[in-house]
Amino acid sequence: MKSVIKQEVLALNGDEAVAYAAKQSDVDIVAAYPITPQTIIVEKFSEYVANGEVETEFVCTESEHSAMTACLAAATTGARAFTATASAGLALMHEMLFVTSGCRAPVVMAVANRALSAPINIHGDHSDTMAERDSGWIQIYAENAQEVYDSVVQAFRIAENPEVLLPVMVCLDGFTLSHTLENVNVLPDTVVEKFVGTRQLPQVLTHEGKTASFKLDPENPMTVGSIALQNYYFEFKRQQEEAMRNALNVIKQVHDEYAQVSDRSYGDALVESYCVDDAEIAIICLGSTAGTVKTVVDKLRAEDVKAGLLRIRTFRPLPVKEIIKALGTVKALAVMDRAISFGGNGGPVYHEVRHVLYSADKHPYVVNYIYGLGGRDTSPEQIRKIYEDLQRILQTQHVKTPIQYVGLRE
Amino acid sequence: MLEIRIHGRGGQGSVTAAQLLAHAAFFEGKWVQAFPYFGAERRGAPVKAFVRISDEPILVHSQIYNPDDIIVLDPYLYKLVDVAEGLKKDGIIVMNTTQKPEETKIENARIATVDATKIALELNLRVAGLPVVNTSILGAFAKATGEAKLESVLKAIKETWSGSTGEKNARAAELAYESLTKGW
Repeated sequence: MKSVIKQEVLALNGDEAVAYAAKQSDVDIVAAYPITPQTIIVEKFSEYVANGEVETEFVCTESEHSAMTACLAAATTGARAFTATASAGLALMHEMLFVTSGCRAPVVMAVANRALSAPINIHGDHSDTMAERDSGWIQIYAENAQEVYDSVVQAFRIAENPEVLLPVMVCLDGFTLSHTLENVNVLPDTVVEKFVGTRQLPQVLTHEGKTASFKLDPENPMTVGSIALQNYYFEFKRQQEEAMRNALNVIKQVHDEYAQVSDRSYGDALVESYCVDDAEIAIICLGSTAGTVKTVVDKLRAEDVKAGLLRIRTFRPLPVKEIIKALGTVKALAVMDRAISFGGNGGPVYHEVRHVLYSADKHPYVVNYIYGLGGRDTSPEQIRKIYEDLQRILQTQHVKTPIQYVGLRE
Repeated sequence: MLEIRIHGRGGQGSVTAAQLLAHAAFFEGKWVQAFPYFGAERRGAPVKAFVRISDEPILVHSQIYNPDDIIVLDPYLYKLVDVAEGLKKDGIIVMNTTQKPEETKIENARIATVDATKIALELNLRVAGLPVVNTSILGAFAKATGEAKLESVLKAIKETWSGSTGEKNARAAELAYESLTKGW
């Protein structure tokens, strides 16, 4: 698979990579409210608008709640809508996140992951998006600025697929990705435009019995997001769950098709295995930390330690089969969580991975490491210590402390 | 892979220096990373920024604990923070100071000094009244380490600021390149 398309290499930070991808994706409306560490995205995009590089309607809203409402409203008319937020901004959208997914509005949003207050903190962790994991949004976590760019382009295709019709969050670690300058290969505008295409609208029956495109249109009046009580609400929710199941395949298909034009791929789009095929000890994590883990795996492999990494790229929908399959040889597993579920016996990723492994044939030891809250740095040395802990568990066949905290003063 | 840490004070442009240096290496076909360490910054407080330069894609996303080289934008910063912390053996520290390398009180490092403040004042290169030293120091870095070409640094500066601002900053980098004193 060799790409014949000439790509330009730019030095961009993660936020700029988001804005660049959105610029190329023929977005009709961007409604947003600035918040660190996302602000560069909307600043950059507003520059594109001011310079006439895009024909996008840019709406400066008075809050994130309104930003999501505007995106939802636009999307229900058939428009392609995009926004970006972080932390408290995402929390303020909470109500509208559910309305957006419930209305099956394929809004795409970049979230520059940031801690939630209090105490106030502008830095990266996954508290914000993990708190929204049940909001009916697809969640993709990127490892580097390149993947951020690629994932935003893919997100429009995933969201708008008639089998899916769900909003997508592309998550990038605040500062570690949002504000870090890296090499990013970008496809030509025309290639992205063709790849993303125009939004497909499923055909539905109107109340008059006519067949019409699923959008708010005065020519074919219909209601979106109307009341559904004991009689129909449950069926709506079941359909959203079905759409999430469908998304598993669509995410893979879109990723594979994108790989054909870009020559870049990220595992099978749902999970990325790194030296995990024959691994005895492994780490599971999300986002930019995976890159740091890879450097440690390389060193351990050079020392003949069978260490591996499984990066969950798509957290919603959760790739259950893929996680079980990838961990076939693993005997001790550390799940890294950059969020905490207070009183919940570990972090959210730990909960879900342990739950998934309950239906596996073999059960590895599974331990949890809460790390990096509020932007605390996670070094290769700390990762190495986690692998050493796993080795000790295998040697002693005993888990002393199932839930630990990385780099914390106690 | 080359790892560089930049020390400065809030307002001195440490983050911009990191980005310019990464751009310079990027122009030479390298893989780069440049990122800030944002604390509760306010003007004058010590700040850090980081740069990685490599011939291969860079995977690691942690801070830099054992830099190959260090850049110090402020002459008195060493009184507040251990600017040489974690520096690799024979690592280079490029400092903006009026002192000669042997007059600095830093041990176990190769020191190169340049009076970037004087260069800025002579060129009347100021922002909000303060002398600009973050661009010139990169010229000094190019000379001291040879790890980025002066032309690449100048190109990065000129692509960041057009017109006379770019010219003046580039001139400062050239002057720093010429006036650097190596202590080894």
